[in-house]
Amino acid sequence: MIELTVNGRKRSADVEPEMPLLWVLRDVLDVKGPKFGCGIAQCGACTVHLNGEPVRSCSVPVSAAAGQKVLTIEGLAQRGRLHPVQKAWIDHEVPQCGYCQGGQIMAAVALLKKNPNPSDKDIDAAMTNICRCGTYARIRTAIHAAAKSGKAKA
Amino acid sequence: MTKTFIASRRKFLKQSAAIGGGLTVGFAVPDALAQKEGAAAAEINAWVVVRPDDTVIIRYARAEMGQGSMTSAPMLVAEELECDWKKVKIEYVSANANVRRKRVWGDMASVGSRTIRFSQEYLRKGGATAREMLIAAAAQQWGVPASECAAANSVITHGPSKRKLSFGKVASAAAKLEPPKEVKLKDPKDWKLIGKPVKRVDIPDTVMGRQVYGIDVQLPGMVYAAIAQCPVFGGTVKSVDAAKVQNRRGIIKVAPLGTFVAVIADNWWRAKEALRDVNIEWDVGANGNATSASIMDFYRAGLDAQTDISVGRKDGDFDQAFASAAKKLEAEYFTPYLAHSTMEPMGATVLIKDGKVDVWTSTQNAEASLAVAAASAGVPLENVEVHRVQLGGGFGRRGGGQDFVRQGVAIAKTMEGTPVKMLWTREEDMQHDFYRPASLVRMKAGLDASGNPVAWYSRVASTSIISTLLHLPLKPPLAPAEGIDPQAVASLNDLPHAIPNVKVEYAQRNAHVPVGFWRTVGHSQNPFVRESFMDELASAAGKDPFEYRRALLAKSPKDLGVLEATAGAAGWGKPLPAGVFRGIAQTEAYGSYTCAVAELSVDKNGEVAIRRLVLGVDPGYVVNPDNVLAQMQGSAVFMLTAMFWGEITIKDGRAEQSNFHDYRLMRLREMPKIELVLAPSGGFWGGVGEPGQASIAPAVCNAIFAATGKRIRSLPLKNHGLTLA
Repeated sequence: MIELTVNGRKRSADVEPEMPLLWVLRDVLDVKGPKFGCGIAQCGACTVHLNGEPVRSCSVPVSAAAGQKVLTIEGLAQRGRLHPVQKAWIDHEVPQCGYCQGGQIMAAVALLKKNPNPSDKDIDAAMTNICRCGTYARIRTAIHAAAKSGKAKA
Repeated sequence: MTKTFIASRRKFLKQSAAIGGGLTVGFAVPDALAQKEGAAAAEINAWVVVRPDDTVIIRYARAEMGQGSMTSAPMLVAEELECDWKKVKIEYVSANANVRRKRVWGDMASVGSRTIRFSQEYLRKGGATAREMLIAAAAQQWGVPASECAAANSVITHGPSKRKLSFGKVASAAAKLEPPKEVKLKDPKDWKLIGKPVKRVDIPDTVMGRQVYGIDVQLPGMVYAAIAQCPVFGGTVKSVDAAKVQNRRGIIKVAPLGTFVAVIADNWWRAKEALRDVNIEWDVGANGNATSASIMDFYRAGLDAQTDISVGRKDGDFDQAFASAAKKLEAEYFTPYLAHSTMEPMGATVLIKDGKVDVWTSTQNAEASLAVAAASAGVPLENVEVHRVQLGGGFGRRGGGQDFVRQGVAIAKTMEGTPVKMLWTREEDMQHDFYRPASLVRMKAGLDASGNPVAWYSRVASTSIISTLLHLPLKPPLAPAEGIDPQAVASLNDLPHAIPNVKVEYAQRNAHVPVGFWRTVGHSQNPFVRESFMDELASAAGKDPFEYRRALLAKSPKDLGVLEATAGAAGWGKPLPAGVFRGIAQTEAYGSYTCAVAELSVDKNGEVAIRRLVLGVDPGYVVNPDNVLAQMQGSAVFMLTAMFWGEITIKDGRAEQSNFHDYRLMRLREMPKIELVLAPSGGFWGGVGEPGQASIAPAVCNAIFAATGKRIRSLPLKNHGLTLA
């Protein structure tokens, strides 16, 4: 039995230790926000935070998350209040099909936590998730907007 | 406005998962908005339901895959209905209900950029008819002539007395009235909603992680299937040895099913891992030695052939005009096979129970899914429900083929009474696509002494999508002429330029690689051929490529209009910084006219730095302008990805690429600056999901020619030592 904290709640799963975190979340714990895109950590649709760090959960064995804190897109809004990145994503109409966007948002949140005022180059380096619909221009705009709103609050 | 989950046939599922802040999927009864909301909620007509609290439910029949039609199609209904958009909820139509109600919602497919252009009239009429019925009901209640009443913002007002009634107050009376036989649609100048930027209704759920895609469906007692298909297209299973996995944890069944093998387990990862240890022997059939080179030879023979050639267009006498031309040009252009690579791999969840079939799948055409499921399961159409979900990308992959539904049903048949979620790996997805066809095109042109084209010839050799995917004969009206696949000759057969002698031929050469509709289809490849070759003509004539096109399009006002608008916005002809060069291209696709101007530089390492990509589009009327911009931005990414890196190659009869490490997709850091020139000229309804791609590749390649003197006649650019900076 592997125990971990998902979005603030203690959860347990009776699975093989090598089973990827993504599939434990999706098929065992029914947390469907992280998506399967490639299975080889290329696309980032499965991005979640493990102890605050963005990871590609398709390529992280669940044993590496045992006893750790996992945050997914579903856990980002606090008591119904959107995270500034989510708000910026809505304001700038970022998603198209939306399948990759949970991962994009989790990557953007992690970037802003480390670097509250990223330059275009910083965004280029951090945002390596694939979006097949081609929402990149809006992702960039929304990250800048979220950075600004973060500063306004502080 | 919010999006709600609609209407399935039976209320057997409603379950809730909501664990860890997860998702709750509720599936309610069909057609049953009314029942669900209490008898007072009234269906005014198939498109419009009004609740007593003034909520207006607008139904949406087609699919949502990011193209934004789930918002823009209901906008057309709301425009005529005169309802308050803030009170609108949008609901998917059930394919089963469409079958039972004699297709009252019409075509449900989101393909060919057609949602707006093919449904705009009946959607607007649906809204207008409902409005007239609501007005008539209010007038009856007041005992006044309907002509003295008007509707606005979900309220009906009697002009002389200023009395008011909201839609919700008269809805149940309105629902009982005969619909008017004819309604007058608004003059476009009176539109209040169409043409204004409206927020897409599905975005908040997406951003909260609540959007439900096919892959997310969770049912009580559900099991999971991973599959392996014969790596050589068209091959079959010869034998299966599952001894190594049979006693493994969670494994329920290993099923050989003709062209594929399924492993069924209690979670998908276990099924997928076990599949790797199932020993499968394939009968690869006759195509086990095919390669990209052998397919190329097949196509080149098609270019040289004297027989089995169809003529798509013949104006004047090409042969004579070419023979006597002052200057002659000839070139061969090639575009490769491309994979769709939707971010959500193919999949389907199917439950077969008591002669009924329930399917949950990300589909661009719920009716096609329903028909395929019914045929595969051997039940009447009425016994199938296709539950509606958002698509994790479509791009044409989830429209015509429906292979994933056929497979899902075949698997579920082995597990009757148990829902089975089948999901493909990325590798299956990339290696078992219906690819954008590879195409080899021979071009010839003759110029007169002043450089004007007097003769133009195109012969296309490629696999026909229509005949191989849809199994339909190439005959009018489906085909422009006998034996012509309209997609194979798109933008060549309909060349709008004033050239007196034109001949377009098609050599249908069907290779074993399955082909299908890939976003923008024929217009994703032939504009590259046509507009690059047009540039060759301008260059041979010593003329400016914009002015050269302009002269030839003098009698094609819409092509000319977007060409001039875009060139103007891009500052065509104005000086550029040292080392920066421009290219231009213009086309029509899906009823919209587009033009692209690329400004770029090429460094000594072959890095192409695109400074600006100016995209012009005239879609006639614009419904949701911000969504048009989004589609143009997306089209740019899709086409730049394809033209720089996109290529599926064939070896030993199978696709060589398998995942994103060897089939590269563009990333954020490579995104150039896109400027949209929205130039709607009104009077027609063009598509916006696909046309944006058409002009981009030739504009970029023409700019590369301007920068380097190197004419690009085949894609992708990586094979020319070029990459996107």
